[in-house]
Amino acid sequence: MTSAQNDASIVDEGTAPHERREPSYLAGGYRLIDWLTTRDHKRIAVLYAISITFFFFLGGVAAALIRLELATPQGDLVSDDTYNKLFTAHGIIMVWLFLIPSIPAVLGNFLMPLMIGARDLAFPRLNLASWYLYMAGGAIVLWALLAGGVDTGWTFYTPFSSMFSNSHVVAALSGVLVLGFSSILTGLNFIVSVHTLRARGLSWFRLPLFVWANYATSLILVLATPVLAMTLVLVAIERLFQVGIFDPALGGDPLLFQHLFWFYSHPAVYIMVLPAMGVASEIIPCFARRPVFGYRFMAYAILAIAVIGFLVWGHHMFVSGQSMYAGMVFSLLSFLVAIPSAIKVFNWTATLYKGSIRFSAPMLYALGFVGLFTIGGLTGLFLASLALDVHLSDTYFVVAHFHYIMVGGSVMAYLGGIHFWWPKVTGRMYSDTWGKIAALVIFAGFNLTFFPQYLLGYAGMPRRYHSYPGEFQLLHVLSSAGAVILAVGYLMPLGYLAWSLRYGARATPNPWRATGLEWQTDSPPPEHNFAIAPVVVREPYAYTPEGP
Amino acid sequence: MSAPVLEPQFASHAQQDFARSFGMWVFLASELLFFGPLLFGYLYLRMHAPHATGMASRHTDMLLGTVNTAVLLTSSFCMALAGHAAQGNDRRRATRLLALTAALGVVFLAIKGFEWHQEFDEHLFPGVGFHPADATDPATVHGIELFFLLYFAATALHALHLTIGVSACVWLMLVLRHPPPRGPGNEAVELAGLYWHFVDVVWIFLYPLLYLTARSGG
Ligand code: HEM
Ligand SMILES: [Cu+2]
Repeated sequence: MTSAQNDASIVDEGTAPHERREPSYLAGGYRLIDWLTTRDHKRIAVLYAISITFFFFLGGVAAALIRLELATPQGDLVSDDTYNKLFTAHGIIMVWLFLIPSIPAVLGNFLMPLMIGARDLAFPRLNLASWYLYMAGGAIVLWALLAGGVDTGWTFYTPFSSMFSNSHVVAALSGVLVLGFSSILTGLNFIVSVHTLRARGLSWFRLPLFVWANYATSLILVLATPVLAMTLVLVAIERLFQVGIFDPALGGDPLLFQHLFWFYSHPAVYIMVLPAMGVASEIIPCFARRPVFGYRFMAYAILAIAVIGFLVWGHHMFVSGQSMYAGMVFSLLSFLVAIPSAIKVFNWTATLYKGSIRFSAPMLYALGFVGLFTIGGLTGLFLASLALDVHLSDTYFVVAHFHYIMVGGSVMAYLGGIHFWWPKVTGRMYSDTWGKIAALVIFAGFNLTFFPQYLLGYAGMPRRYHSYPGEFQLLHVLSSAGAVILAVGYLMPLGYLAWSLRYGARATPNPWRATGLEWQTDSPPPEHNFAIAPVVVREPYAYTPEGP
Repeated sequence: MSAPVLEPQFASHAQQDFARSFGMWVFLASELLFFGPLLFGYLYLRMHAPHATGMASRHTDMLLGTVNTAVLLTSSFCMALAGHAAQGNDRRRATRLLALTAALGVVFLAIKGFEWHQEFDEHLFPGVGFHPADATDPATVHGIELFFLLYFAATALHALHLTIGVSACVWLMLVLRHPPPRGPGNEAVELAGLYWHFVDVVWIFLYPLLYLTARSGG
């Protein structure tokens, strides 16, 4: 590995007298209480990483049980009621406890200040508070699950959730509400930090795309989450006081709920995928050794996705009974949002073109992300087409579609990011070979799990059923087999990354010879990130082709 | 002399002050959207059941609502003066004005509580006991009930915000006695002021929607 001082440095260290070495952020204070009261964004990121990993595997256990049940056409493993509770638990945990916080709260927390050359986020105490809110929300959700579970699905559709379900809906709603506050605070912190704490010379169009992506995500978090929060409160009110807001029998209107819910939840899918795009935009140029193609377009596309994302919620309601004209408008707008997404895919591809590509583990994950995201996105166009959606709605086609985007896309990128910045976070290198094997296993397992689901959906298998006609069994068995491979793939990084913590080689400050500011400081970084405040003098992604 | 502590992540006081007030603005933008579903619900109701909305709004107590609007506007005025005093580093005067602001906030809450009590007695609280005096056909009753649901949700959310505002005033009154670094800087009063004005502005929207709609028609 080469040294930190490399030709691609975008930093002018100025006339620093001599480097005054601070100890790493991991060094001071080993006790639990030091960690639980820390205000260092890097330690908070680690706290998030640990808790989020726990919830990921918990959600995974529910997924495993679902797939096991579906291996046979009869509902013989669990009762129908338990099945409903399983997929609800799986959905709630994966969406609110894993996908939404994963990249912003773990990678974003660690990297945003480093990437903008700041010593911390603008409000460190608030940052810690948002981790506590996350834990509190997680605890409430867990309690709801342990106390008997919830059977509404993660979408809490009314009037079932508000009037008929006799499970722990209010507890689950409260948990999600608290989690929402956690994300609002994180978003607020990022927005203010990017506006106020950028290093000298770091203009908006010199920001790494990861920063752009998290900034746009934060805007969505801050503006959309409150709407969800109040909607959930209304559901709880209807349930507790038996008054009609959403229940037609009481004079309410269920469409009102769907409007409000999807006004949040469609932008929420961009909360999950924009940060993932940010990660890919860091890894791909680094391992192709070329500047990002069309940097400005990439930044504009991120903003466009965030803005248009607020206008397309009605594509979840094509079959809900909303007016036909509304359906047509939403269909059209949904096609529009595909344009900036396509720009991003084209620009990644163009960045790769004629690059001197190095297929290291992070790069494999990033390429996996691009491929799976593309498939998921293209099948999204099927669903955005009004006429087709009427056939495909609520079938396994939808299940496959959102898993390609959210699991194939976001989780793949999250893992890519973990691998890319692992040396920075921990100061250790892991085995690249094992990393590559895991990436390939995950990719293979993923496609075997979810591709058959497109076929199932196309053939008419509805989602959320725990038994099905025998003719669907072959595809379901393939899918379940894939899930086993996928599970193995997800477990592998736990092993070799943990191993690297103790036995891995020491990482240099910049093992990948990347250009971001975060690579200009030690690995792991000192407590206040930079010994001297950096000054940026170059454009972003100033990569040059690899020497001989 | 009154310079607050500079947190390590900031390079200057100017930067720190800017970050804090900018943070407050972002926070308020987010806060505003908490009222979004209620306003959307109101719009929805108004479009689908205009008659019931009008009837329902005539059940609210316009006199008390108007008095409360005046009380709240006065409190905002006091708050603005408090911010001004703090800016001039007159922390004693700022403390007194904060006390006045908080007191007016409490008066608002008391009147609001009295109104709720009245409405409760008239069986206007949504739920099994709901029956408005003047409507009998189920569709209209449903509309009125939904109106009152939104009414109670919105005014309660507003009252919750006001309670937080009052607590912030009281807290500032207690800590302004200590000079920095133990006490807060003067800009803290202005941040509290921003929040207070926001709560005020929300009421300025709720008041016509809940009390004045369709009143003119008689
Ligand atoms: C081993 C991998 C996984 C398997 C086998 C799996 C399986 C399933 C199945 C069968 C459903 C559909 C339930 C139904 O609608 O009938 C489902 C729903 C869902 N999954 Fe997964 N899943 C996996 C991983 C993930 C991951 C990693 C995430 C998120 C990061 C995720 C997020 C979701 C969401 C949000 C739903 C919607 C829940 C609902 O419809 O209520 N899944 N999953
Ligand atoms: Cu959508």
